[in-house]
Amino acid sequence: MASAVFFLDLKGKPATIEGTSRCQRSRSFLFFYSKPRRRVQPFHRASRMKVLMLVCLWSPACSAVAQLNERIYHQYLYIRHNNLYVLALTKRNSNATEILLFLHRIVEVFTEYFKELEEESIRDNFVIIYELLDEMMDFGYPQTTETKILQEYITQESHKLEIQARPPIAVTNAVSWRSEGIRYRKNEVFLDVIESLNLLVNSNGNVLRSEILGAIKMKCYLSGMPELRLGLNDKVMFESTGRTTRGKAIEMEDVKFHQCVRLSRFENDRTISFIPPDGEFELMSYRLNTQVKPLIWVECMVESHSGSRIEYMLKFGLTAYVPKAKAQFKRRSTANNVEIVVPVPDDADSPRFRTNIGTVHYAPEKSAIVWKIKQFGGGKEFLMRAELGLPSVKEAEPERKKRPISVKFEIPYFTTSGIQVRYLKIIEPKLQYPSLPWVRYISCASGMNGFYFNNCGIFN
Amino acid sequence: MASGGDARFFARGKVAELRAELNSDKRDKNFAKKKITLKKIVANMTMSNNDMAALFPDIINCMEIQALEIKKMCFLFLVNYGRMKPEMAQRALPILIRDMDDHNPLVRALALRTMSYIHVPQFVEATVVPLRHLLRDSDPYVRKTAAFCVAKLYDHDRDLVEGSGGANEQGLIEGLNGLLKDDNPTVVASALVALMDIWERNESIRLTIDHTNASKIVQILPDCSEWGQTYILEALMAYVPQETAEAVMMAERISPRLQHSNSAVVLTCIRVILYLMNYIADQKEISTLCRKLSPPLVTLLAKGPEVQYLALRNALLILQRRPEVLRNDIRVFFCKYNDPIYVKVTKLELIFMLANEDNIEEVLTELREYATEIDVHFVRKSVRAIGKLAIKIEPAARQCINTLLELVSTKVSYIVQEATVVIRNIFRKYPNQYESIISTLCENLDSLDEPEAKAAMIWVIGQYADRIENSDVLLEDFLFSFQDEPVEVQLALLTATVKLFIQRPTKGQDLVPKVLKWATEETDNPDLRDRGYMYWRLLSADPATAKKIVMGEKPPITAETEKLDPTTLEEMCLNVGTLATVYLKPVNQVFRTARPKRLTDSPALQRHTLPTAIAEQAHRRALQSEQQQQQLVEKRTSEEGMGNLLGGDLAAAVDAADDYFSGGGGGSGTNPFAVSGGPVAGGGQYVVNQNAPQPIYSPQQGGDLLLL
Repeated sequence: MASAVFFLDLKGKPATIEGTSRCQRSRSFLFFYSKPRRRVQPFHRASRMKVLMLVCLWSPACSAVAQLNERIYHQYLYIRHNNLYVLALTKRNSNATEILLFLHRIVEVFTEYFKELEEESIRDNFVIIYELLDEMMDFGYPQTTETKILQEYITQESHKLEIQARPPIAVTNAVSWRSEGIRYRKNEVFLDVIESLNLLVNSNGNVLRSEILGAIKMKCYLSGMPELRLGLNDKVMFESTGRTTRGKAIEMEDVKFHQCVRLSRFENDRTISFIPPDGEFELMSYRLNTQVKPLIWVECMVESHSGSRIEYMLKFGLTAYVPKAKAQFKRRSTANNVEIVVPVPDDADSPRFRTNIGTVHYAPEKSAIVWKIKQFGGGKEFLMRAELGLPSVKEAEPERKKRPISVKFEIPYFTTSGIQVRYLKIIEPKLQYPSLPWVRYISCASGMNGFYFNNCGIFN
Repeated sequence: MASGGDARFFARGKVAELRAELNSDKRDKNFAKKKITLKKIVANMTMSNNDMAALFPDIINCMEIQALEIKKMCFLFLVNYGRMKPEMAQRALPILIRDMDDHNPLVRALALRTMSYIHVPQFVEATVVPLRHLLRDSDPYVRKTAAFCVAKLYDHDRDLVEGSGGANEQGLIEGLNGLLKDDNPTVVASALVALMDIWERNESIRLTIDHTNASKIVQILPDCSEWGQTYILEALMAYVPQETAEAVMMAERISPRLQHSNSAVVLTCIRVILYLMNYIADQKEISTLCRKLSPPLVTLLAKGPEVQYLALRNALLILQRRPEVLRNDIRVFFCKYNDPIYVKVTKLELIFMLANEDNIEEVLTELREYATEIDVHFVRKSVRAIGKLAIKIEPAARQCINTLLELVSTKVSYIVQEATVVIRNIFRKYPNQYESIISTLCENLDSLDEPEAKAAMIWVIGQYADRIENSDVLLEDFLFSFQDEPVEVQLALLTATVKLFIQRPTKGQDLVPKVLKWATEETDNPDLRDRGYMYWRLLSADPATAKKIVMGEKPPITAETEKLDPTTLEEMCLNVGTLATVYLKPVNQVFRTARPKRLTDSPALQRHTLPTAIAEQAHRRALQSEQQQQQLVEKRTSEEGMGNLLGGDLAAAVDAADDYFSGGGGGSGTNPFAVSGGPVAGGGQYVVNQNAPQPIYSPQQGGDLLLL
């Protein structure tokens, strides 16, 4: 439960203010707070609250919640988005997760409304922001936060007198994420199974940590109120139904579902059944802790010459094998949009590169060399040499940031975990239309490994 | 929206100009011009803080226009200036009341909301009657809004709401209670929130949810929006299971919520399940539930840093109450290189708590990595954690010390200093075992410039004066700047010199008089002076006793004292996911006015498993053994003199000394003052007090559970 929500620019001036009128106290110091022209001075003059703002917004190591003094009544929770701080105040021991998530939801909704949420868009849309916040929060309690539903009755075009907007039934309905009466000429569903793998590999090439984070994203263009049922090769379900399958079944450590999925049903018989929201959304996400064999390996050799020059040699390749899950596709896999980021010292200059594939460039703003390759096949090895100059004057204490080499890429057509969509049934009892489900699998990686050792990063 | 949209309205419009625009008679299709003018007014009012109150009458005229957008802006104006100009605002009252009968539910709800936002007595009073009807409105959207309005009214004027029931009219709170039977889940959830909000404000109201009610609201759980689910779960905290089977059933019924994608629902569900576990007798059920809690908690760590931080703080809590939830998950708490520092530090605390004999190797490799990161604060905490692990896990002490020595060999100043401090504690814990490392420490004497590290090193030199070949030279080096040192170092120097003299009289005889003279004559610090006098008298009176006291056995130290005290722990577990868990302090310390939550007694409550009950038992046992020990100490003191006092518990020792002296037993020739002061001043110096904040590196880390 929040007392007020603020939008502040990076200097802490409110871009606009929405007091949810929880209490007058917050109102009165909003007033204080919006007045100052200079940055620091008002914090001294005004009440204790201001000082807290300062702490909460400018302290470098500030945590999500900052509290200056126990005598102060308000707690401050904020998130940062572009050049804005979205800040909520509360006086009570409120549910902190709820408030933080609500702030994130505000950002989501506003981004969908204004395309981009930043200081400028706040100034350009303040009236609609008031309208939106009035619907999204009442007395500090989050209400409707589904963009699709909000768009039905809060629009940017003025309402005509005769067709005055009414609250959509969905606002108070059990199905609060979809309105009735949606029509499409062609009924289609797109399913994207996207898996990203976090791997940590030490200098010896041993996998220290591996975690698969998967998500099933849907684009849903279906008419009416369709009932969907999704079947996966879920091990728990196979076991409970006593079914044996030829393919591999996977065991998901933890699954999270979009609010449309009937959780009790899943708990009972592991059926994923739901009435989807219209358009794009994330149906579920899952996590696996299985040990994964690395698919891409990276080797990096660093040579430092007399302190004024540093040389990197990078080798990497894609292991030729394809995981068993897709054994029927016995072909060489390819990786797309590969990007290898090698951190280098902050003060490096005059870069020179040599490589037999892709492009390399030096990104001083990230203190890294970035090697990009559009596509490459398995079983080969690729090389890149980079040479960088270092200022001859060294600092007394060479402080090295230990950042890992990171590799990003996509491997289409299979998933690391071996998850498979067995079926997607679509039933709309009233309309009974034919529909087309499309499924696509992508594996991508955001991995990392140790740095400044003779290291070897292996990712998928 | 097109670029350069509403921003142009920020140009400062003069009030008169705006008024003329509002009242202009020109043809205005769809009120387009009026809308633009109103936007200008709102812009001036909210963003630039220009006073627009003078336009009040004109705005009231506009309220009659039947266009939702105009209405909304007029109402915004009304809310903004209503309190400033209550008389003027009253003229808008009839319009608002009329709007509450509008055929469009959106307008009815809007009028009601607006009215409840205006803190003017007339408005508040005028809301009561229409609100009573709107609570029974045909549209659920209006009923939902009305439910929240009751809570708002209660906030403004609680007597009005409490006395709102008439002879043949039901009161607002009864109305709210009636909504709990509504067939629309959103309305029920809203009514629940409103009731809880009111309950939070008034100590005299009791919110009781019996099993039937609880079952009903759990039944509508799947049909609520995600926020509604959070509210319902929170309301379940007011449900007190009367039988342990009830609690089991309830926990099972809400456990599917752990799969929800909204983290607020998940964390609140974890809170309720943890709460219900207090009423479950069957250990099997409890461990099943614990197994269910673990994966969702770990998944929260893949969220954004803010949510991650909250999850980690709560994990600290859950770990103390139900260790089995996270027992096997230490790897997930290993830091990622790009975690924000507050996440890293909390993870470090968790790693320390989860470390045990089986995973120590893995943990040490990890901590060693952290100790070479760039953030100094974090590096220090990591080094400190390694040292504390040596104390916590005895079989792994050797490994920990090796890791520390490796770190010392990096020669990075702050690492060396931090390592010195923790090594002193290791010497305290394991006397006469790891002295071989003293030479390594001595190599790095020059890099010590922080008082805590210096004092630690001096302590080591003093304690092992007879084994360090050149201990007198080393001490003399330190003594060179005696006058400029902080008191902490001076005290350490004084004690160390005395120890040197006791162990190697020939080497120390030149130094001791010098230091005692400084301490007693040239300082104005009373602690230093008193300790100086104490040593002086002790040494001159009876060197043998002095040796017993100064080099006596020290009380053991542990690293396990960082846990929350049981009462706080019990209370915090009822507040999982709330702000208080960020601070890990009793709710009333952070929120003065908060209503304290306690476990309500019921036949099903498993009282003996509560942290407070366990602590009470342990305390009782400790008290018994302490009494026995005290008797023992008393016996021993009369037999062997006062020296052994240092071996016992400090408080017990002081008590015993008091007893001893009041009993007139001070006949052994020692100065009573020196003896009773000895353990307090001298001992206090060496006790690694894990509860007190480490003064130098983490000055105000009150919220941290562990002071690493």
